[in-house]
Amino acid sequence: MEWTLTANEPGKVCLMQGNEAIVRGALEAGINFASSYPGSPSSQVLGMLGNVAEERGFYAQWATNEISALQGCMGASFANARAICIMKQNGLLVSADALFCGVQGGVKGGLVLITSDDPDAHSSTNEFDSRNFAPAAEAIMLEPMTMQETKDMIPYAFELSERHHQLVIVRVTTRICHGRGNVVLGELPEKAHPIQAVDEWDRMNCVCYEHQATLNKLKAVQEEFENCPFNTYQGPEKAEKLIITSGTGKLYAKEAISRLGVAENVGLLALGTLWPLPEKTITSYMKEAKEVLVLEEVDPYLMTQVEAIAGRYGLNIKFSDRGTNVGELSPDEVLKAISALTGAAIPEKRVKQNEQGEKEPLIRRELTFCAGCPHRATFYLLKKALRSEKIPGISIGDIGCYFMAGGEAGFFGYQVCNAMGSGINVAQGLGQLTSYGLNQKVVTMCGDSTFFHTVMPGLLNASYHNSDMLMIVLDNSATAMTGFQPHPGTGITAMGKTVEPMSIEAICLAMGCSVTIADPFDIENTQQILLDLLQQKGLKVLIMKQPCATLKSKQGGPKKTVRVNPDKCLGDGCGCDKFCSRVWGCPGNSWDFENGKAVIDPVSCVGCGVCAKLCPAGAIEVEGGAEE
Amino acid sequence: MKKLKYDPLNIVICGIGGQGNVLASELVASTMTELGYHVAVGETYGASQRGGSVMSHVRISETEELGVLISHGEGNFIIGFEPLETLRIAREYSNSETVIIYDPRPVYPLGVLKGTQVYPEMEAMKEELKELSAKAYEVPVAEITLETGNSKAANIALLGAFSRLPGAPLSSEELREVLTTRFKGDVLEMNLKAFDLGCKAIDDMDDSGAESGR
Repeated sequence: MEWTLTANEPGKVCLMQGNEAIVRGALEAGINFASSYPGSPSSQVLGMLGNVAEERGFYAQWATNEISALQGCMGASFANARAICIMKQNGLLVSADALFCGVQGGVKGGLVLITSDDPDAHSSTNEFDSRNFAPAAEAIMLEPMTMQETKDMIPYAFELSERHHQLVIVRVTTRICHGRGNVVLGELPEKAHPIQAVDEWDRMNCVCYEHQATLNKLKAVQEEFENCPFNTYQGPEKAEKLIITSGTGKLYAKEAISRLGVAENVGLLALGTLWPLPEKTITSYMKEAKEVLVLEEVDPYLMTQVEAIAGRYGLNIKFSDRGTNVGELSPDEVLKAISALTGAAIPEKRVKQNEQGEKEPLIRRELTFCAGCPHRATFYLLKKALRSEKIPGISIGDIGCYFMAGGEAGFFGYQVCNAMGSGINVAQGLGQLTSYGLNQKVVTMCGDSTFFHTVMPGLLNASYHNSDMLMIVLDNSATAMTGFQPHPGTGITAMGKTVEPMSIEAICLAMGCSVTIADPFDIENTQQILLDLLQQKGLKVLIMKQPCATLKSKQGGPKKTVRVNPDKCLGDGCGCDKFCSRVWGCPGNSWDFENGKAVIDPVSCVGCGVCAKLCPAGAIEVEGGAEE
Repeated sequence: MKKLKYDPLNIVICGIGGQGNVLASELVASTMTELGYHVAVGETYGASQRGGSVMSHVRISETEELGVLISHGEGNFIIGFEPLETLRIAREYSNSETVIIYDPRPVYPLGVLKGTQVYPEMEAMKEELKELSAKAYEVPVAEITLETGNSKAANIALLGAFSRLPGAPLSSEELREVLTTRFKGDVLEMNLKAFDLGCKAIDDMDDSGAESGR
């Protein structure tokens, strides 16, 4: 909770989320500058930093994308500021150019880059493993294993960064970011780190003649890592069976070792320094070992490295892993792997279901848009419009809440989705083909935050080359999926200051696009607008304006009451085939299976009233609330 | 520090995005941290803020620093905000000593409303939950709190009920105390009302096994 964040009570034990531990670590390091683009699993970090920035005397920014965020931090570092850059899963990919060049340029003030991966893709599209980026970029990378280490590692990373004039990446995963654990608070500095004037002859350039210097820095860091407190070993002095792990693997392994009772005959080497690896330390344990189990999730990063080390030192070792490169580590998998390594039997469980034989698998709960979400209306109208053509039009998706539109929630509303900001580029390419025999309408969409993040250059390109397509901006006034962080269209900053909002309409007009604005809840008119726009040649932009339903309910205000008039609802006998719950599919529209009639779920319904406009029997009634 | 019935003591809290799962797990974990225990929490809430399956693992120990996830079959308590989600979790995490407490009010997945899936038979689910555990308590918290005009605090009501169960790691008084430090004004009032209704639901059961005075 936020009350712990700025409490100057060294020694106090708090329950902290991993994201909070990052914030606390940054505050204890006395940062001057923080920048981020929101996304899972680290969205909360900059929001919390922004809330305390003024109190602690530093600057915090929601940047429009990860390149802007990282390069902004480089600017701050040039004036000796301590800067922290926080990136979501895949964020490092967006900023790759800045990172690879930045490493060669080095830093002045400490620069710590938090990259947060999402093994198992709990709230992401893919399982990107950023560890491989460290050797590729010749960058320093650390990884904490507990909430306490997460907090402690941030000030350590700043000192390391300043000692070696190099940026330091701290890699975390969902289980750290969204986990909670006990953390002992350290001291908060009285003053932020001193800013210094930039000398006329100071340089931070990415130039090839710095390459050797970059490698020399890595060598020096590697020496230091041989004695780093974040690398730990437990077990017998000489272990023939050795486990090498990092991150969340450590605590799972520790628990499994104690459950299996094998603490006497297995060693556990847990590495907090992912790159450069402490090669001498690793070798000193590996040369005693006959078998090594490497516990890691997603890519075989550690495995590849320790196999190479064994090769370099001529060690004859039998290596094993958990048997898959997909998904996150689980305590059960770790238990099984250590049982296989040591031959110790897994203690029997008191599980009852084993006695029961096979049960029918339970139905899955599909993801869906919230009750009253404007995206549902947009995709409903879009699908109808695309299908009005002889050959249905092509729909290209993008990343945001509307990612869910690819499934049932959005009427299978798009066909291609690649990465943030990709929709406009993919659609632009397709749109050029309408002059070469492609006889279909091309549509793509993006949210308002994604528009600022990576869509603008693509839209400029599409406009300049007059691609024949429709771009829909789903403007719900929020970076909704990640938790309502401000973006340049919202008129507010990370530090809570009110500023002039950027107008998406004005930007599109300046780029030479024709712009139409519509309200997805105005079903009849907006349907016509969509049909008309599809008939026009060239690039069209349609801004669908309607605030996010969750944002509206957060803001409060009178809510309309929606109810089904049972006298008017024809139920199972109506020709609509349960339109409201079966086709429209809003969580607020439920079905009373006993009486065979539609009902509104009073817990979920937010009172948008769109279903009332769509019900063919006019059986859904709306009462009260403020007029739109 | 009071001795735990199990060490580590593992609690799985499950439901649907938007039902207050994360807050519930955080309140239990905070209370236990303040009482001086080692606590670890793992949350799994997927790509949907609303509507998807969610669960939190809360792990408590007197002595050990713990990983954030619970092994299969090692849940001591399962707190569920929806019956299908409770069963999903019970199949994976319960054992013969597990105590389950859940709201039996179904929330239909999209596929059920669209006609592509069939929601499991309610009686069969209740039966299976009993079979999978030492005891399964049904507490209709959404209904109880809806009657007072606000179902938002259903999660707090279920925590109240949980705190009355035999073997619960914390008492109603301890959890109630944390609520009063965490919320203010109308929200506090709403949450305390819900919390007390949850406690009462268990106390009113003839065979609750609740320890008196706890």
